[in-house]
Amino acid sequence: MIGSPLRLGGALVIALLSATARGALADDKQAFELIARGRYLATAGDCTACHTPARGALFSGGRPIDTPFGTLLGPNITPDQETGIGNWTDDEFVNALKVGTGHNGEHIYPAMPYTYYTNLTREDALTIRAYLNTIEPIRHEVHPNQLSFPFSIRALLIGWNGLFFKPGTFSAEPRKSPEWNQGAYLVQGLGHCGMCHTPKNMFGADHLDQTFQGYALQGWFAPAVTNNAHTGIGAWSVDDLVLYLKTGRNRFDIASGPMAEVVADSTSQMAVADLRAIAIYLKDQPATGGSPPNPVNADEPRMKSGAAIYADSCAACHTSSGEGITGLFPKLAGAPLVQQADPASLLHVVLHGNRAVATDLAPTGPAMPAYDWKLSDDQVAAVLTYIRNSWGNAAPAVTAADVSGARHARAADAH
Amino acid sequence: MARKLPATDVVVIGLGWTGSILANELTDAGLNVVAIERGPWRDTAADFPTTYAQDELRYHIRHDLFLRPAQETFTVRHNVGQAALPMRTWGSFMPPNGVGGGGVHWNAETWRFLPSDFQLRSHLTQRYGAAFLPEDMTIQDWGITYDDLEPYYDRFERLCGTSGRAGNINGQKQAGGNPFEGPRSRDYPTPPQKQPYGPVLFAQAAREMGYSPFPQPSGNLSQGYTNPLGVTIGPCTYCGYCEWFGCGNYSKASPQTTILPVLVRKPNFEARTLCEVIKINLDASGKRATGVTYVDTSGDEWEQPADLVLLCAFQLFNVRMLLLSGIGTPYDPQTGQGVIGRNYSYQVTSSVDAFWNEKNFNPFVASGAIGMCIDEFNGDNFDHGPHGFVGGGYMGAVQTNGRPILGTRVPPGTPTWGAAWKKAIAQNYLSSYGMATHGSCYSYRDVFLDLDPTYKDAHGRPLMRITFDFHQNELRMSQFLTDRVAEVTQKMGPQQIVKRPRTGHYDDTKYQTTHTCGGAIMGTDPKTSALNRYLQSWDVSNLFVTGATAFPQNAGYNPTGTVGALAFWAADAIRNQYMKNPGPLVQT
Repeated sequence: MIGSPLRLGGALVIALLSATARGALADDKQAFELIARGRYLATAGDCTACHTPARGALFSGGRPIDTPFGTLLGPNITPDQETGIGNWTDDEFVNALKVGTGHNGEHIYPAMPYTYYTNLTREDALTIRAYLNTIEPIRHEVHPNQLSFPFSIRALLIGWNGLFFKPGTFSAEPRKSPEWNQGAYLVQGLGHCGMCHTPKNMFGADHLDQTFQGYALQGWFAPAVTNNAHTGIGAWSVDDLVLYLKTGRNRFDIASGPMAEVVADSTSQMAVADLRAIAIYLKDQPATGGSPPNPVNADEPRMKSGAAIYADSCAACHTSSGEGITGLFPKLAGAPLVQQADPASLLHVVLHGNRAVATDLAPTGPAMPAYDWKLSDDQVAAVLTYIRNSWGNAAPAVTAADVSGARHARAADAH
Repeated sequence: MARKLPATDVVVIGLGWTGSILANELTDAGLNVVAIERGPWRDTAADFPTTYAQDELRYHIRHDLFLRPAQETFTVRHNVGQAALPMRTWGSFMPPNGVGGGGVHWNAETWRFLPSDFQLRSHLTQRYGAAFLPEDMTIQDWGITYDDLEPYYDRFERLCGTSGRAGNINGQKQAGGNPFEGPRSRDYPTPPQKQPYGPVLFAQAAREMGYSPFPQPSGNLSQGYTNPLGVTIGPCTYCGYCEWFGCGNYSKASPQTTILPVLVRKPNFEARTLCEVIKINLDASGKRATGVTYVDTSGDEWEQPADLVLLCAFQLFNVRMLLLSGIGTPYDPQTGQGVIGRNYSYQVTSSVDAFWNEKNFNPFVASGAIGMCIDEFNGDNFDHGPHGFVGGGYMGAVQTNGRPILGTRVPPGTPTWGAAWKKAIAQNYLSSYGMATHGSCYSYRDVFLDLDPTYKDAHGRPLMRITFDFHQNELRMSQFLTDRVAEVTQKMGPQQIVKRPRTGHYDDTKYQTTHTCGGAIMGTDPKTSALNRYLQSWDVSNLFVTGATAFPQNAGYNPTGTVGALAFWAADAIRNQYMKNPGPLVQT
């Protein structure tokens, strides 16, 4: 169980009160329980997603983060004195998480989810620091700001923060259960689920009236996680959600793409009680996002050719009824991911293939082969239109232009 | 000069079925395991995806998944009077290469041997008298019983999710299963695959003749299955590209679909691919292995020290590694002394082609192991007294494939090319069917493996020489089995049947099976076996040798079920006996 404000241990409070000098709490490398909890919190926050390079040392930085405004590099957050955060004060560290400022008070780009981490208690922030102090310091100079003018001007963030950022620690909702509040604290804070799953405005800030309705990023579409039965997780039970977050799979789906990383690096390593809290909170959110469109008529030529392509290329694994095979081949019938308005994730998987997550509890890690060399733009458009509008599914048709765009975006990426 | 690497607890040579099983068991036991594999890493979606896996030209004709003979081949002769010549392209068997080994490209016919198969010599001697056996036949008891192995057969079937129907559960005969099988502790993990028309017709005819047909046990699964390691396998889609191919649908049991996803997550496991072990190293006493020396793709040599060496490569490669490493006494056919290379054996298959005018068998609806079989003429399930041979095999209608290049048949007398051939192919593709027999191959004094005196590999090491020919006992058996399956076929009412029993000399250019066996066999006596009953080398107690290498002779079944069971059996002995008290597990 995570140390939320509701459940903060007495011993820790005392330790905090007696902490006088910089890092008194964070510097005790024998405080094993504290450090282990800090590691747990860092896992729940999925710090590694941005701060650990693909084949590099833990938290040593340099991992590219693509944003609509350009590329940022995740900084080195090892305790190295010169290139890491070893010489940061605890206050500076807490401010980085909760206020969005760095070592010299400079503004941090909101790719760092301080808009979410602001909800953390100071104690939890310092607990993460206590853990980070114990990892191996890596000397690795990273220049996070790779943006081009004018986005490279950090001072712009003063205005951004003024418009879109409300600092402040999470406050519990007294009418809800402790579990619900625990879930809210995680989702709104460390989990920073909305970073991917909530649509953004033109400035890259969350559309607060569209929370969890899904968002396109990095060539994928993070699907809606509202309780909408068509596009969200309306059909999923609390147990389904817990199983998905813990193992990467449930009776509906298997995590792939960026969510596969989230499950592997973060949620699969979290306590079931915390995952349950997250699920309880999410299942209590509204079923926003509107009602399904009318399905594309099965008599249309693109649906007919889509059906033929599906029979040849897809049905062997996903089955002719679109039911899939639990734990191996995702169910397409009724699948929210399949019915998002934006087909980016489907295009990505069909064109380029993808490996689903493997976890200790579900180690299979099946993969979908790439079809980019085998199916034309028209064929991919037809088969996806068919999948999105069969077995009760309904979603806008996919066009050859959509396919071509996804195909070439990836090709450009590779160069 | 080899550079020495840090020592590990266990080194595994070859990461196929048995290497994967042993590596998983011993990493579970807390040991650090390094697997060294000559071929590449192989992954379902990356290396044989459904988008192109069903390519008969690439995989069957051009041998994409197999070792290249230029890397290692064998010389072959029929008898000691001949000079052996190297196989320059694979023919009668297909040596595997790469992670998953033969488990990638097998048909997944997952059988258990009969109880009497394990005590073959004593059983046959008791029933027929010693004089009934040919004088030069060197069959032996295995040193273990079916009952010893039953729990490990069960583990392998659970690992694979094998689809079948039990014929005998704890001594109770089960309707619809194989009534001749040894008692199993429980039913198969998944029900049999659905049977196509041909096997249904065969079963009907067999039943009318008083036989007990049953579905062939299949490692191509009838339904989704999650094995005890938590790995999920999909249902077979009946595409008919199993043997010679990797399965892109995750539905054929293989190391990739059953073990490797778990193994690769373990911090105490490491695989080094594209690294060829050239020698098992011994200490000065010659009684203890110190590790292995291997060559990487740059030609650099490395020494990997280890406390325990597991030789888990393909059967023929295992024997050659022992010969090249100077472990055990090489077999001498003149004196009958020595054990490395002794009791090499193979398999004896045959077929019956049948042609109808009107039937439609849809031969392309296939799987490597769907079919209906009978076991009345396997092993010693029938009285051999009147027949003058020993051994037998299962037979049946097994619909492995209807592939376009080699999966077609035409009646005798059809031209082998041109318009008439094309017409015959078109006429017979749907309406013909092939029945098969899968017979035993027993061992003989003059059938053996040794190092070739003439031919060497790229590293300058002698190739291994195969001295093999079919013996009269096996040819008589094949004729008998072929006649029996022809009778059932006749009952199915074809217009024409063509019997193709195994006849004449061994032809290493024609594919039969990759079921080469023996050469470093298990047994109870170090004079007549290389390995004790736990697959432990009699000579070097920290060396275990897995696979069909250990079979004293081959039974009338596909060997992989027994290979897998023996791997679990050996793993159990290492975990529960050897690790507590390293040394010989059987005293001589």
